[in-house]
Amino acid sequence: MAEIRLAQLAHSYQDNPSAPEDYALRRMEHVWEQGGAYALLGPSGCGKSTLLNIMSGLLAPSEGEVLFDGKAVNALSPQQRNIAQVFQFPVVYDTMTVFDNLAFPLRNQGKPKATVEARVREVAAALEIEPLLARKARNLTADEKQKVSMGRGLVRDDVAAILFDEPLTVIDPQLKWRLRRKLKEIHQRFNVTMVYVTHDQLEAATFADKIAVMYGGQIVQFGTPRELFETPRHTFVGYFIGSPGMNLLELEIVAGRAHCHGIELALPEAWHARLAAQEGARLQLGIRPEFVELVPADEATLTGRVDLIQDQGSFKIVDVALTADPTQLVKVRVDEYTSLAEETLGLHLPEAWMRFYANDLLLEISDEAV
Amino acid sequence: MKPYNNKAWWLVLPVFVLVAFSAIIPMMTVVNYSVQDIFDPSTRYFVGTEWYREILSDPRLHDSLVRQFIYSFCVLAIEIPLGIIVALSMPRRGLGVPVSLILLALPLLVPWNVVGTIWQIIGREDIGLYGSLLNGLGIDYNYASSPRDAWITVLIMDVWHWTSLVALLCYSGLRSIPDVYYQAARIDRASAWAVFRYIQLPKLKNVLLIAVMLRFMDSFMIYTEPFVLTGGGPGTATTFLSQTLTQMALGQFDLGRAAAFSLIYFLIILLVTWVFYTAMTHNDDKG
Repeated sequence: MAEIRLAQLAHSYQDNPSAPEDYALRRMEHVWEQGGAYALLGPSGCGKSTLLNIMSGLLAPSEGEVLFDGKAVNALSPQQRNIAQVFQFPVVYDTMTVFDNLAFPLRNQGKPKATVEARVREVAAALEIEPLLARKARNLTADEKQKVSMGRGLVRDDVAAILFDEPLTVIDPQLKWRLRRKLKEIHQRFNVTMVYVTHDQLEAATFADKIAVMYGGQIVQFGTPRELFETPRHTFVGYFIGSPGMNLLELEIVAGRAHCHGIELALPEAWHARLAAQEGARLQLGIRPEFVELVPADEATLTGRVDLIQDQGSFKIVDVALTADPTQLVKVRVDEYTSLAEETLGLHLPEAWMRFYANDLLLEISDEAV
Repeated sequence: MKPYNNKAWWLVLPVFVLVAFSAIIPMMTVVNYSVQDIFDPSTRYFVGTEWYREILSDPRLHDSLVRQFIYSFCVLAIEIPLGIIVALSMPRRGLGVPVSLILLALPLLVPWNVVGTIWQIIGREDIGLYGSLLNGLGIDYNYASSPRDAWITVLIMDVWHWTSLVALLCYSGLRSIPDVYYQAARIDRASAWAVFRYIQLPKLKNVLLIAVMLRFMDSFMIYTEPFVLTGGGPGTATTFLSQTLTQMALGQFDLGRAAAFSLIYFLIILLVTWVFYTAMTHNDDKG
C-alpha cells in the first residue's frame, strides 16, 4: 500500500524531444493518495496508458521521478515495485487452470499453500468465478478470461497499487456494470489504491472517488465527478464530460465589456473587468446544456430557433441555432414534455452556471470582487 | 431449396489428376510389385504375403530400422531444443533481425549432396578443418575408418543443416506472442523459466508440432548425406533404411522384397507421425 507521487514527470518516445508536442506526457506533478479509488479519464492517445505503464514500471520515464511513499522507484522493476496491473485485453496462462492462474502471482512470491488456497477462493468468490476454478483457462470466453486477468491483479494483498488499463473493453455492457460494482466493493474491502484508466466518463464516475482528466499528455483537471461537471477547469473537460458536453460560445470585448455574438452579457462589473483584462486571448463562455433555461424571447439573453431535437427518452436535447449566428448551435436539455412550438426561442444563461475560459483555461474571480 | 449441379467437381479434377500421378498410381504400382514375383512382364506369379513375411524376418531390415530409430531420435533430441534455444536468443528488433534471419536461412539453401561433400572435406583428418582440429587436439577421429565417427559426422551434418529450420519456425512462433503477455508475467513476478514454460512454450506448441514432424520424416528418410560421405559405411554403420532399400531394389533388383519393404517403411512413418500428432494435440480440448 502506498501513496504514489509523480514528481516533475515527463515522457517522450523520441530520443531528443524539443517541442512540447514531442512529449507523450508533459511535465506533471501529481499525487495518488494511499487507498483512493481513482480514474484516469481521457480520449485515445492522450497518454493514459503511458502514464500507467510508467507507474507500474513497464516503461521508464524520460524525465522526472515516480515516488512510492516518498521513495524514488524509477530504477525498480514492476516486480520490485510490487504493483498489480490489469490490461485491456485478457492475458491468461492458457495451459493452466483458472485456479493456477489466480495462484500464479502468489506462488511466485513463495506464499504458503494454505494462504494461496484461501486467497484464491476469496478472490474467485468476489469475481463470481468459483465454478470455473478447475477449468483450463484456454477454454474460457473472453469475459471469463478478463475476470481471471482481473483476479490475478486482485489476488495479492500486499501490492502498492492496482492499475487497470481499460479492463472492461471486452466485457458486454450488463456485466460491465456488475464488475464495476464488484471492483468498488473490492476496493472498499481491501483498502488498496486503485487507478482505473478509461475513456468512458460513466465508467470513471461510477468507479472513482476522484477523476484525473487527461488531454494532450497532461492532467488538465483532478477532482470529484461533481467538480468536473460543475466547474471544468479546461474547455476540454467541459466538452468531454457530460452528454452532451458543455456549450462553448466565443466572447469578444467591445469597449471593455464582454459580448457574446454581439449581445452584451449581463454580468457583475468585476467580471467585465476580469474578462477585459484578458483581451487578446481566446475568450469563451461555457455553460452546460442542463443549465440553459428556455424563456420567452423578449426576456432572453440570446435568441435562436430549433435546429434539431434529439429525444433521449426521459429528456430531449435541443440544438438551438442562434439568431445572431445560425452556425453557432447551443444545446439545451429540456424535459420530455417541454413545448417547443414557438418560432423563436429565448435562452437564459444563469450567471451562477456561466464559466469563462481564456485560451481554454478557466478564469476565476474571488467572491469579494463580485 | 437452391438448385445445384456438380460442376464444381471439374474444378477439383486437376488436383485429383496431379495426386493420382504423383502419389496414388506409383504407390499402387508398388503394392502390385509387393504381392507378385515378377521375372519379366509376361512371367509373373502371385505370391500373396510371402514377400512381407520374408522381409519382416530379414535381419538387414531389423538392423537398419534400429539404426534409423536411434538416428532420428538423436536428431530430434538435439535439433528441437537447440532450435528453441537459438530462437529464444535471436534479437527481437533492430538490424540484428534481418542479419540473423539470413544467416539462419543459409544452410537451408544448400542441397543435400553438397552438404555431404562439404562435411566429407571438413571432416577429413588430414586437411579438413574439423577433422584435423580434433586430431590436433589428440582426439582420434576418422569417419572413413571408425563407424562411431562416421555416425556422429552424419548426425552433426544434419544438425548443421536443419537446426535453422526449427529455429526459424520457433522464432516466428515467438514473434506472434503479444508484448502484453511478457508485461503481465513481469507484473506477476514470473521467473524466466515460468515465462518459458507458461507463455512461450504453449505458444510454440503448434510450430513445434510441425518442426517435430518435418524433422522426423526427413531424418527417417535420410539418404544423400551418408551416401556421399561414406556410401553407408564403414561397414553398415551409416546404412539407414532408405539406403538398404535402394540396394535391395536397384542393386539386387529384388523388386518384390523391396516393394514390401517400401510399404512397411511408409506405414512406419505414417504411424510414428500419427503418434506424435496425437500425443501433442490430445490435451487441446480437455478442461
